[in-house]
Formats: sequence, structure tokens, C-alpha cells
Amino acid sequence: MLPYLLGWVGFVFNVDLLNAWGWRLLLGLRVTAEVVLIACSLGFLLAWPLSLARRSRNPLLAWPVLAYTAYFRGTPLLCQLYLVYYGAGELRPALASAGLWWFFRDAFYCCIFAFTLNTAAYQSEILRGAVLAVPKGQLEAARALGLSRLAIARHVIWPQAMLVALRPLGNELISIVKASALAAIVTLMDLMGETRLIFARTFDFSIYLYAAILYLAITQAISQLWNWLERLLSRHLIIARAVTAPVAQTRARGPALDPVSAEF
Amino acid sequence: MGWFSLLFGPDGWAPLLLRGTLITVMLSAASVPFGFGGGLLLALLKLSPRRAVRTACEAYTTFFRGIPDLLSLFIVYFGLQALLNALGNALGDGWRLEMNAFVAGVLALSVVVAAYSSEVWVASLRAVPPGQAEAARALGLDPGQVFRLVQLPQLLRLALPGLGNIWTILIKDTSLISTLAVMDLLRAASEASRSTARPLLFYSAASALYLVFSVSSGFGQAYLERRANRGYS
Repeated sequence: MLPYLLGWVGFVFNVDLLNAWGWRLLLGLRVTAEVVLIACSLGFLLAWPLSLARRSRNPLLAWPVLAYTAYFRGTPLLCQLYLVYYGAGELRPALASAGLWWFFRDAFYCCIFAFTLNTAAYQSEILRGAVLAVPKGQLEAARALGLSRLAIARHVIWPQAMLVALRPLGNELISIVKASALAAIVTLMDLMGETRLIFARTFDFSIYLYAAILYLAITQAISQLWNWLERLLSRHLIIARAVTAPVAQTRARGPALDPVSAEF
Repeated sequence: MGWFSLLFGPDGWAPLLLRGTLITVMLSAASVPFGFGGGLLLALLKLSPRRAVRTACEAYTTFFRGIPDLLSLFIVYFGLQALLNALGNALGDGWRLEMNAFVAGVLALSVVVAAYSSEVWVASLRAVPPGQAEAARALGLDPGQVFRLVQLPQLLRLALPGLGNIWTILIKDTSLISTLAVMDLLRAASEASRSTARPLLFYSAASALYLVFSVSSGFGQAYLERRANRGYS
């Protein structure tokens, strides 16, 4: 029985495979990076007006955004992706006459479209929470100083809210890296797509492990980058924290970057 | 055909979608004992005095939290299949071990959920004051009783919000099982939309069903949290 199990270990790690197919994995890595970077930046731009509308007192503004976030956070991303990708095919005549068919014909654009809308929903909730976390006294003090609404938003609320939002936004970036693997299911040749193709050609299981190592490298790199960013941007708070924090809290380090918020 | 008769007519697709919903609910529910239980086990091992055990468990968590859930499912699914084939060969010519796709899906989901939930369990284990276990031991309870009667109830209260988050992730992750050969809600919707060429209708219907499931389990969570906190308000 032992030789068979040893054979299984050899089956798990196969180095020759990497020589023959490694370059394809790197091509896929590039597509993954493109999808993630474009979707996350567009989602961030979209999240600001959404979070503003969500906090608006006008129900005509707040309710549609509530429904939007409920849909995108409450259903699987794969279902949303199918809805965009296959649904666009059904709407082809209408999209063609609107001059949009070139966009929805392409799996790459469909993925970016679906991922952007999805991450915008999550990011808008992060931003909303971060703005609510800024102490009320800050706003009152700024008003008492006679600052304009725009100046308050830009110089008082924004810098403090962004510091609060930094870590959850990093988690969201990691979530999108992980979620981007779904693009492979709608035929996009990203890292996961290339991996599946190579597996279909070679039936060699190791390729999944090599892909896992690449994904792990990306998510760990983002995690480290975010730790560095957070230290950099909050260094003005370090002395205050050291003076005021109780001993028990200075010993406990902040929670590790948390990819648990990954959502599909 | 109108959307109503496509769903609820004599040859409508609503029964298939509802069966798919049932499978989705069953996949999520079946992954809870293995996923959350495995996570608790991992968390206890992470607090073990032996360094090798701690490192191994941390590595497991980092790995499965750092790669796409879809990739984890494939790794578990195909890895399991390969292992079964190897075992079948080892047992002799007549043996051919088949894997049930539903069981494989539950196992794969549990592996991911265990990694996610172990972090929640570790945080809650650290938050239960050590004096509780010490007092319980001083009263003469055996280690099993200390854990079951004293630590676990307090642990559950602290872990509930975190586990609730993971439960909503789990619900949505079951849709990934549709890429293996399980007729869950999403696969039922795919099947229906392929036969009728009406993807908009059926994926919207599937979305609505997912939304009902996740919103109602949100209410369930709120109830459980209220119940767990009833002595603390």
C-alpha cells in the first residue's frame, strides 16, 4: 500500500509540469491582476457616491442603494456574474442597438462589470461605517471654526475616515483577488482559467497547487503591504497610543488582515 | 412564453428551482457541524503548548484563507478523488471507490469553513476569562465537563457574530459546488436557462431565492444572538 501512497505524493508535486506550462500561468496572472485592479479602482470610485446616497435623508436616494447593497451582498457573486454574462446574450439586440454589445460580448468586460458592481456595494458599506466612526465632536469643532461643508468633508472627515476604512478596504481587495477566480467559469483565461486548461490537457493535479502558491503569494503580499501602509499612515497616532493605551492593550497586536470577509 | 408560465406552468421550472434551493440549504447545513466543529478543533490545537502543532494549524489556516474558495474546492475534490483512486488500486483490482459529489462538496466546503471559523474560535477562546476554567476545576469538574458546561456556553456567545458572518459566506459559497456535479440552486437555474434561453428570468429567480435564504438566516442570527446575550443586557 505504501508505494501507491508515495505515488500519490509524486502526483501532487510535479516539477516538470512547471517547466512546460509555467509561462501560461504567468499569462493568467496578468489577466487576474488587470481584472482585480480595474474592478477595485472603479468600485472605489462608485462606492463614494453610493455611501453618500445611503446616508441621505431622502428615501428616494437611500432606499435604492439599500436594495443595491442587499442584492450584491446577499447573493453569490457567481450568480451575479451569470446574470451579467448570459443575461447580456439575451439582451443582445437591445444592447447592439444601444452600441454596447462590444462591451458585453467580451467575458473580460463582463467580469469587470460584475466585480465592480459587487465590490462597490461592499466598499460603500465600509466607507459608510468609517464615516460614522469619526467622533461627532470633530464635526462640531470644524463647524464651530466656520469651515465650509466641503472643507469639513475634505480636511476633517475624509482623512480620519480613510484611516478607519484602510484595513477593511485591504480585506476587500484580498476578497476580490480570491473572487476573481470565478472569472474562469465564464471562460476568461485568468490564473484560474489557465490552471483549469492545463489540468484538462495534462490531468496533472500539481497545477492546482502551483496556482494556489501564486494566489497565496498575492494575498500575502497585499496583507504585508497593508500592514506597512497602516503603520505609515497612522504614525502620528503611535505616541498618543503609547501614552494613553492600557498595558493589556499595548501587548495585543492588531488583528491580522482578515480575508474571511471574502464573499461570493 | 410569459415568465409566469415558464416558472409555474404545467411544465414550469419552479419545482426544479425549489429542489435546487433545498439542496443548497442542505449543503450549507451539512457543512456546519464539520466546518464549525473542525474550526473549533483547529482553534484548540492552535492554542496547544506544542509548537509544531501550532505551526501546522496556522499553516492550514493561512493556506485556505489565502487562496480562492473555488481553488480550495477543486484541490479538495480532485485531491480526494486521486486519494480514493490510489486507495482503490492498493486494495486490489476489484475495488473501485466512487465519490458522491454531494459528500465531496460538503467536505470541500467544510475544509474552507474550518479555516475561516478557527480564527473566530481562537479570538473567543482568548476572550473567555481563564478564571472560569480554574474555578470549574476547583469545583472538581473533569476536563470534559469544564469545557462542555463552563467554557463552551460562554464561547458560543462570543463566537456567534463571527460565525454568523461565516455562515452567510458559506451560503454563497455553496454556489461554487454547482461547478462540480451537484444540482444546487445555481445549477438548476443554469439548466433552466439553457433549456429555455431565458437566463435573465432564471438567474433573477435564483437571486431572489438566495436573497430569501440569506435575509431569513440574518433574522435567525439576530434571534440567536439575542438569546445568547439574554443574561448580559
